[in-house]
Amino acid sequence: MRRIAKDERTRIRLTLNGRARSAETEPRTLLSDFLRYSLGATGTHVGCEHGVCGCCTVLLDGTAVRSCLTLAVQAEGRDVRTVESLAAPDGALNALQQAFQNHHALQCGFCTPGILMSFTDYLKRNPKPSEADIRDVLSGHLCRCTGYAGIVSALLEAANRIESR
Amino acid sequence: MPPLVGTPIRRKEDPALLSGRGRYADDLPTPAGTLHGHVIRSPHPHADIVRIDARDALAKDGVWAVITGQDLRKISDPFLVALKTPVHQWSLAVDRVRYVGEPVALVVAESRYLAEDAAELVRIEYRPLDAVIDAQAARVPTAPILHPEAKTNEISVRRFSYGDTKSAFARADARVALRTTFPRLSFTPMECYVVVAQYNSAEGSYDVLANFQGPFSTHPVMARALRVGGPKLRLRIPPDSGGSFGIKLSVFPYVVLIALAARITGRPVKWVEDRAEHLLAASSGPNRITEIEAAVTRDGRILALRLDQLEDYGAFLRAPMPGPLYRMHGAITGAYDIANVDVINRVVLTNKMPASLIRGFGGPQLYMALERLVQRIAIELDLDHLDVIRRNLVPAQKMPYRAAAGALYDSGDYPRAVATTTDSGRLDDLKRRRDAARANGRKYGIGFAAVVEPAMSNMGYLSTLLTAEARDRAGPKNGAVSMVTVNIDPLGAVSVTADVTVQGQGHETVLAQIVADQLGLRPEDINVVLEMDTAKDQWSIAAGTYSCRFTPGTAVAAHLAASRMAEKLKGIGAKQLNILPEDVELAQGKIRSRSNPDNAAPFGRIAGTSHWSPVMLPEGMAPALSETALWTPPELEPPTRDDRINTSLTYGFVFDMCGVEIDPLTYQVRVDRYVSMHDAGRILNPMIADGQMRGAFAQGIAAALYEEFSYSDEGAFLSGTFADYLIPTVNEIPPVEMLHQETPSPLTPLGAKGLAEGNCMSVPACIANAIADALGVADVRIPATPRRIHALMEGSGR
Ligand code: FES
Ligand code: FES
Repeated sequence: MRRIAKDERTRIRLTLNGRARSAETEPRTLLSDFLRYSLGATGTHVGCEHGVCGCCTVLLDGTAVRSCLTLAVQAEGRDVRTVESLAAPDGALNALQQAFQNHHALQCGFCTPGILMSFTDYLKRNPKPSEADIRDVLSGHLCRCTGYAGIVSALLEAANRIESR
Repeated sequence: MPPLVGTPIRRKEDPALLSGRGRYADDLPTPAGTLHGHVIRSPHPHADIVRIDARDALAKDGVWAVITGQDLRKISDPFLVALKTPVHQWSLAVDRVRYVGEPVALVVAESRYLAEDAAELVRIEYRPLDAVIDAQAARVPTAPILHPEAKTNEISVRRFSYGDTKSAFARADARVALRTTFPRLSFTPMECYVVVAQYNSAEGSYDVLANFQGPFSTHPVMARALRVGGPKLRLRIPPDSGGSFGIKLSVFPYVVLIALAARITGRPVKWVEDRAEHLLAASSGPNRITEIEAAVTRDGRILALRLDQLEDYGAFLRAPMPGPLYRMHGAITGAYDIANVDVINRVVLTNKMPASLIRGFGGPQLYMALERLVQRIAIELDLDHLDVIRRNLVPAQKMPYRAAAGALYDSGDYPRAVATTTDSGRLDDLKRRRDAARANGRKYGIGFAAVVEPAMSNMGYLSTLLTAEARDRAGPKNGAVSMVTVNIDPLGAVSVTADVTVQGQGHETVLAQIVADQLGLRPEDINVVLEMDTAKDQWSIAAGTYSCRFTPGTAVAAHLAASRMAEKLKGIGAKQLNILPEDVELAQGKIRSRSNPDNAAPFGRIAGTSHWSPVMLPEGMAPALSETALWTPPELEPPTRDDRINTSLTYGFVFDMCGVEIDPLTYQVRVDRYVSMHDAGRILNPMIADGQMRGAFAQGIAAALYEEFSYSDEGAFLSGTFADYLIPTVNEIPPVEMLHQETPSPLTPLGAKGLAEGNCMSVPACIANAIADALGVADVRIPATPRRIHALMEGSGR
């Protein structure tokens, strides 16, 4: 394991949305800050910085994690995926994103990237979730705008569409 | 082509937001060399600041400044407020702190991490003072006074009398009285405050980016605090914002703070609020205690009302406070036809964070009192609750209806809305559920709430706070302006700007629908640009997104601007197609002859004419490049001499009905069934409208059952994280059945009313009524947490 002194600036290398990226940072830098401010991936949002709201969720080696509770150094050498990776290069939305638009599952959109990333992971592991399963995972996210109804419908539609392909 | 307005088209906003391409305040690039601020906040509810020693902090590499209230006092002025009283607030505490979380100093450093490190080295010595937290206690003469120059914490008391309340009480068969309380809470948008400020010393001007929401009546307040004229405070609002719900008005003291920091350091300064700061000190709705009393006939007809409303604004009164106490003023009799009403409005200050705008804005507080009272009238007179509601509703024949305190209810059919809600077996089903639960010994209750939902505030409503004489001295205040501009580019592409701030309501989509309808285009042809720049965009003090002003205000201005543009284009088209203007129509992307649709040209070709060949325009026509419409409905008159005020332009109606059951083991309130009926006039986009109502419903549930900012008696803040301040997750929001009725407003060309606040107003009252019914108690407090329900059940011996 690499040892880094407390105040030492160090270069972190990782794969972000399929591309090798690196930047210098301090060992205490949060992954959320590193993604946003060092790598410019501002699609990942920070809503609480204490692990409750879920806005900052990203995929680390395919698993959903809260980037505000993860240090940038913990992502060293690993694969990070953020909301920017979901749409096709021409901008076409994927099934999950499209379902969100169809069901008016977002208003301000601040909570949305975290929810999309959580369910990108979850629907891969459980492609046939029940509504109860969806609610269970979604309860790890706070949304202040929608009252959640549209999000639940969107996730149900997305699960059906992804499954039926 | 059927009109787009009224159809649930999908949002234009969504693809970018779903792809991580939003442009929120903290996503935008900052100027080179930007420094970062960190606010040091008071740990005391009330204390004198004895000394601030920043030497160690300033000695650290990369630290540029530690700014204190004394520094700011020299270069800025206290914020203006509507009430002339010696309560002075600067953007940092001066000499004294008055609530836990009050900004005391700002550390400015080369990174945020550094600024936070340096903050730990700043030593601040305080001399603690006694604090007062309870609103009633704050009125007692022996209470600690927050602002000694004001000599009292109860800084405003105003009495109003409409009709003849005294004789109505004298002739009434009975009186029913109740005290209600409404707690402190906030709807905490997921994105916190962000400010980036620059100072240009050559011009003495400030350029500030902030996720401010309006009203822009606050712009002069900020400019005055900065001691500059309005044009020298250029305020930019980013294209996206992570929610607001009223809360992001209160970024304004930080706009001033960070602007001053930019001036002091000579560098751009950025500040991003964190969640802990947001919960502690950003903003809260005011808590209110209402003593309400009705004079009633034996059969439950309300002859007169008396309200004594005590509202607690925390440590300072900030513009535009005390708005919540006055925003509902004209409509204080709610959905009921009551000719006589007396009101006392009291403003009190306590050692809590300053209160300000929050969705619902005075409505939830009022209806908690009024709707609980109606339920008590039924109990005390042994009548059916729903019958008492029906007996007092404003009858449809009386529309438009002038309420006792001055509101002009523009349209509606309240009795029909109530009937539709309770029909189709819905009420029978609730009763069945209740009876079955009760037969098994469980606690189940049914609640109702009828709510008039105002939209688009009269900018003069707050002046009702002043006496008629003081209003004369200050000059008339009234009305509300909405502005939209429709532009055409050289190839005929259409863009729209408007006087709203984005918060997630889908304004971009709705404006595109409205404009596309007028121009015969598709929504995707309309580019709506809603970021704001006070130096270049048109705005009035009414600008911003609050109090549901979009639908009756900005949307109308868009309709007017686009129809004017359409008229001009018809004139140009007539000349080019060689037909009469009356024969021209704009449809399907073409400008064409109505009688001979083959005689047509693409929209863009004719629309671009004003750029390429303005000389060829019909005689006397100004080029059709840009049309700005200003919409100023005349119904928003100033308060009359006898203090009647039409507080808003449109008045929608909401009727809620629910059944709740109390869990015998956990004392949790479970919402068993909830039905909510809305009449918001014409609906512009049903999908977006539904989203707004569901969002408001969820916040209503939050207020009724979960969220509260709590303080210890000594003033310590007890809700500092999302683990203490409970925001409902998906599992806490019960299903709701939404019903609709459409009674268009006759006062606007679109007929649409506001609809995004009604459920914030109705749900707490409706659930409180259901709990009262379940437990047979009068004093129901929200949020109705298990602890409170337990206490109620113990107290009533059940
Ligand atoms: S920002 Fe990470 S969970 Fe809230
Ligand atoms: S859409 Fe605004 S917080 Fe979820």
